[in-house]
Amino acid sequence: MDEHAYCWANRLAGNAMDAPVVEISIGQACFEAQTDQLVALAGADLDARIDDQPCQPWQSYRLRAGQRLRLQRPLNGLRAYLAVAGGFAAPRAFDSVACVPRDRLGGIDGGPLKAGDLLPSPGCPSSPPGRRTPPRFIPDYRTPLRLRIIPGYQFAEFGEAARRALLESEYRITHKSDRMGCRLQGTPLPCTLPGVISEGIALGAIQIPPDGQPIILLRDRQTLGGYPKLGCVCRRDLSALAQRPPGTPLRFELIELGQASQEWLALERFFRE
Amino acid sequence: MRLLIEPVSETTLMIYLGERIDPGLASAIGELSGRLRQQLGRRLLEVVPSYTSILVEYDPLRCDVERLRAQISALAEQIDANIPQQPGRLIELPVYYHPEVAPDLEPLAGRLGISIDNLIARHSDPEYRVFAIGFAPGFAFLGEVDEQIAYPRHATPRARVMAGSVGIADRQTGVYPADLPGGWQIIGNSPFPLYRPGHSPATPFSVGDRVRFRPIDRERYRRAGGRPWHG
Repeated sequence: MDEHAYCWANRLAGNAMDAPVVEISIGQACFEAQTDQLVALAGADLDARIDDQPCQPWQSYRLRAGQRLRLQRPLNGLRAYLAVAGGFAAPRAFDSVACVPRDRLGGIDGGPLKAGDLLPSPGCPSSPPGRRTPPRFIPDYRTPLRLRIIPGYQFAEFGEAARRALLESEYRITHKSDRMGCRLQGTPLPCTLPGVISEGIALGAIQIPPDGQPIILLRDRQTLGGYPKLGCVCRRDLSALAQRPPGTPLRFELIELGQASQEWLALERFFRE
Repeated sequence: MRLLIEPVSETTLMIYLGERIDPGLASAIGELSGRLRQQLGRRLLEVVPSYTSILVEYDPLRCDVERLRAQISALAEQIDANIPQQPGRLIELPVYYHPEVAPDLEPLAGRLGISIDNLIARHSDPEYRVFAIGFAPGFAFLGEVDEQIAYPRHATPRARVMAGSVGIADRQTGVYPADLPGGWQIIGNSPFPLYRPGHSPATPFSVGDRVRFRPIDRERYRRAGGRPWHG
């Protein structure tokens, strides 16, 4: 969900950008090293500890066999990413280890991790512990959220009033949000079209159902959909969105495709080259 | 074919090929999707065809939008120039049409004012096209259903529709690949496996393929692993 933190966790652990990591939401998770490990944490500060020692995210650590990494509760942000040197080994479905509970795919057995699960990894540290993300790259997830939208899809079918409401009013993340979509509440956005012929949904697409309340479609979204869409939240901002809890207010602004593409390309180059 | 290619995000563009659902268009979409995957390989991350469009997600480090547009147009032109003789593969699905596996078969026939045999014949006679694959892995939206037997979905979907259930919703028909919630009118059951996650391909359908339903009897249905309805 937070691609930026995911990439950093892997980088700190000396891994390729797309190595399997564990995503921990909110906290209440405890991991025990079975052998010596190099691990890295990035994303939310979930008040982590190694045995009794507090540890900050955006760093890599050595975990000796028997030591426990505990993530407790959210202090800043919502989702933390735990990477291990070499990446976690897990069976692949459709070339991915990602867990989709709805389809019972991925993960250890098609569901979220549970107590007792064993997470193997090559365990060969390829970078020293104590690597840190430079502070200028570490986001503060408590700052006001502005989401930049690349206009597209049926943007032209939303009239002047809808566009003004979109850019001038405040929306709030509701509790009905999950990995499939972030449901917002605020000024309804009327579209001149009732729907469209079902079409592919890009990551971050903002869908407007008949009630006019925007839904930002995320990682576990359906592949096709027939509600009008007014464009996509730019990819970098999806990471910021993933770290905000329900109740968080946000505002939208427009961004030009060219500029958004440049920013995204820069991030890809940073982590992949 | 006339293409409208529109970027929608930093890494995704939409190809629109038409404005109306049409079997010929489904064929062209299937063909173009297949060639995109074949020719562009690892430069593409996703190709999601649908009734009138194809979503393409690409790797921005391996290709740029302008070249991609040009390649898509060139592939489309190639397809136009060599209209294939065989418009898509034909997939035959055996179907057991009987109230013991299909709770809507009798009621639907009654509401339409036709006999069950007539309903079965009108459903199994035509050749259908795969217009889109979505909703669940292995679920193919097939069209178009004979107007005489077209019927809307249930107002309240069933919490569980048995895997293999063959349904009708307006002018579309389809088969549920697994036990899933669903609102379609269930008129039969196909024991043919439609979604096998470990398998390659995981599902037999591609957009543009042709599909026929072949009525089978209870014995064949049971021998193929079919079971009575459970909701």
